[in-house]
Amino acid sequence: MGENKFMTYVRKFRLKEHSLGMAFIVLMIIATIVGWPNFLKVRNLTNILRQISYTGIIGLGMTLIIISGGIDLSVGSMTAFVGGISIFFLNRFGPDSTMGIVLTFLFALLLGSACGALNGVMVARFKMAPFIVTLGTMSIFRSLIQYFSNAGTILSVNMDYGKLGSSMFLGLPIPVWCFIIVGLVLHVLLNHTSFGRYLCATGANEQVARYSAIKVSVVKFLPYVITGFTVGITAIMWSSRLNCINPSDCAGYEMDAIAAAVIGGTLMSGGKGSIIGTMMGAIMLGIINNMLVMGGISAFLQQAVKGFVIIVAVLLQYNSGNSK
Amino acid sequence: MDETPNILELEGIVKEFSSVRVLDRVSMSIRQGEIMGLIGENGAGKSTLIKIVTGIYQKTEGTVRLDGKQVNIPDYITAKGLGIGIVPQEFNLINYLTVYENIFLGNERNRGIFLDKSAMRGEARAQLAALKMPLDVDKAVSDLSVAEKQMVEIAKAMVLDARILIFDEPTTTLTAVEVQHLFALMRKLKEQGVTMIFISHKLGEVLSICDRVTVLRDGILVSVDPVADLDTTIMARKMVGRDFSQVFPEKVDSSGKPPILEVENLSCPVLPKDVSFTLRKGEILGFAGLVGAGRTETMEAVMGLRKIEGGTIRLDGKEVRIHHPREAVDHGLAYISEDRQGKGIVMDYDIPKNISLISLKEKYKKRGLIDKAKEAESSEHYIKEFNIVAASKRAALRFFSGGNQQKVYLARWMDTKPRILILDEPTRGIDINAKREIYEFIHRLAEDGISCIIISSEMEEVIGMCDRVYVMREGRIAGCLVKEQVTEENIVFNATGIQKGMKQDG
Repeated sequence: MGENKFMTYVRKFRLKEHSLGMAFIVLMIIATIVGWPNFLKVRNLTNILRQISYTGIIGLGMTLIIISGGIDLSVGSMTAFVGGISIFFLNRFGPDSTMGIVLTFLFALLLGSACGALNGVMVARFKMAPFIVTLGTMSIFRSLIQYFSNAGTILSVNMDYGKLGSSMFLGLPIPVWCFIIVGLVLHVLLNHTSFGRYLCATGANEQVARYSAIKVSVVKFLPYVITGFTVGITAIMWSSRLNCINPSDCAGYEMDAIAAAVIGGTLMSGGKGSIIGTMMGAIMLGIINNMLVMGGISAFLQQAVKGFVIIVAVLLQYNSGNSK
Repeated sequence: MDETPNILELEGIVKEFSSVRVLDRVSMSIRQGEIMGLIGENGAGKSTLIKIVTGIYQKTEGTVRLDGKQVNIPDYITAKGLGIGIVPQEFNLINYLTVYENIFLGNERNRGIFLDKSAMRGEARAQLAALKMPLDVDKAVSDLSVAEKQMVEIAKAMVLDARILIFDEPTTTLTAVEVQHLFALMRKLKEQGVTMIFISHKLGEVLSICDRVTVLRDGILVSVDPVADLDTTIMARKMVGRDFSQVFPEKVDSSGKPPILEVENLSCPVLPKDVSFTLRKGEILGFAGLVGAGRTETMEAVMGLRKIEGGTIRLDGKEVRIHHPREAVDHGLAYISEDRQGKGIVMDYDIPKNISLISLKEKYKKRGLIDKAKEAESSEHYIKEFNIVAASKRAALRFFSGGNQQKVYLARWMDTKPRILILDEPTRGIDINAKREIYEFIHRLAEDGISCIIISSEMEEVIGMCDRVYVMREGRIAGCLVKEQVTEENIVFNATGIQKGMKQDG
């Protein structure tokens, strides 16, 4: 009996509660060995964090959408769109002032939220399938920014703009701070507010939520707005890093964002998920990439490895869900 | 009879869920061609035992023998291969598929490499005709009523041509007439030599259809007796482990009380049509009628869950307009749905999260965040008040028995401090003991001045609990019965529009 209990404890421990943490530690160890001694250097670690922060921030919003039972494929195009329009805004209203940069940041957050709201209205109000809606808006955002820019790079004329995305604060790049702060805020939102509670209930069973006097359409709408907001942050971080935006930038962001959420244990069917998990998932994707580079593995193979990791993550989810 | 060989033998079956023992060394044998009744309270282990036999769960210890040979049943496919079929307690139908596609799901008939659709349609029609349920086999299951779905589920098990057929509470959603059709079919199967296990909470049904009855209590086998030696009192005593006399508490007299809810000429698209009724303060009002008569739809309209076409709703004499359940909650209305798992509880949430779901914003907020300590404290209170039996407060509700799930669901609505509580089939699929607890609870509420509406297809329940009963037929109120008018005959007459031929003279 005693051993039996111990065994069930071990099984549960590994598969359900802490599988992500274990995988994270194992991955760190492998990366340390493969990339010795460079992997553990602060510069390298900081770099990894910076690299993943762009899609990571969006992944945090995406987590909420997936929990609600939806998906957003438009985030990559939306980032390019919001980034591009924001640089137009900056060049027009604040070509040489710090105030202009601040206003542009706010503008990007607003525009991103509005774009997200567009998706949200169609999903929540008009009850359209999220996959189809965002597949449509994905095309629309990309096409619009290409049209507005004449398919050319959109350059910022404000010389200080670039500082925002490339500066460090207390040893960490600004985008990484954004990633951490957004992560903490959304973690609290998901786990400690009534909205978070309603979100999981709605994702798990919309009928139950409706019969429990929850305003289901509002609950399904808000995650898209929040994701739009996170897109706004990433758009500014990304465009200010390079001081410009290319209308073909940020393609495939949606895949990285979804991958981070899934690896972090968020159920694709909705109802269950974790912001901390998504943060770890994003970082793990970054470590894998970094490891492959240091191991001298062809850049062409990196996507294959990423795909493999996603499949394994889903497989583990499926099995742990079944072993109840 | 004793000469008949055993077809299925279970020996020392033990099942543990994370070291909680839900079945303790159960040994029983079932004879070839008999109908074995399996009864017990919720959580007694009936469903668990059945799930082990059908390969859905794996036993922790013990052996299963079929025709004297030890068998291993790792999954339901193996069970089907061995000739064991089940009509499960919960629907396992796919809404998007048609009736016949569901009936043959996983058991398709082929002609060469193609599906033999005409053969499947024909066979499905024949099975449903045997159940006296002539459904259009090309209809999508999502368009069926609960009773029709149940019949499809039964037909699905029939086409397996199983040697052992298990019915896990098949009659909970059926009306009396439909139950008779099912029993006729079971008797025919028995003539053909099919062995059946019949699980039900309705003891009268068990007595009328079974040859022998097995009683389980708390995971332990209590007894196996031929029905000749049993009556409902003995069976109930064996299930509960003690005597109990009266199931229904005394009726509450509320004839002089003021009306609290007045509904006038309420109409919705499809159902209901032109419904008017009044509910008095502290009254227990009944709503009877056949499945699909529009009782649920009426209450959903009152709760703001359905679009209202016309009519007025008055609370305390003042007209109100309710567009969303939230507004209904703010007016002190509460509605416990008949579909506990589909519309009631969040299966993956634990007890505190389920209880606080509606009252979260009003009661459990501190500086914008959820006060989890208060939430836990409040759930402790309800666990005690409702006598909820849970291995752990933190376990997801999916692991609870029907009765305990229902209590948690009830607790959630009580936490909103309602003035009017509407209960739709409040005791469906739960055992006698939990039933009685719920009846007593409703009675206490009424005494405290809370008005209750009970929608029920179980006539004894309405007759036993209510002083006044509205009977609905085809979306309209067919009649309102008061006090001594509340009888089975009157309800049936109003519900069907046909006088009960044999009992008419009485």
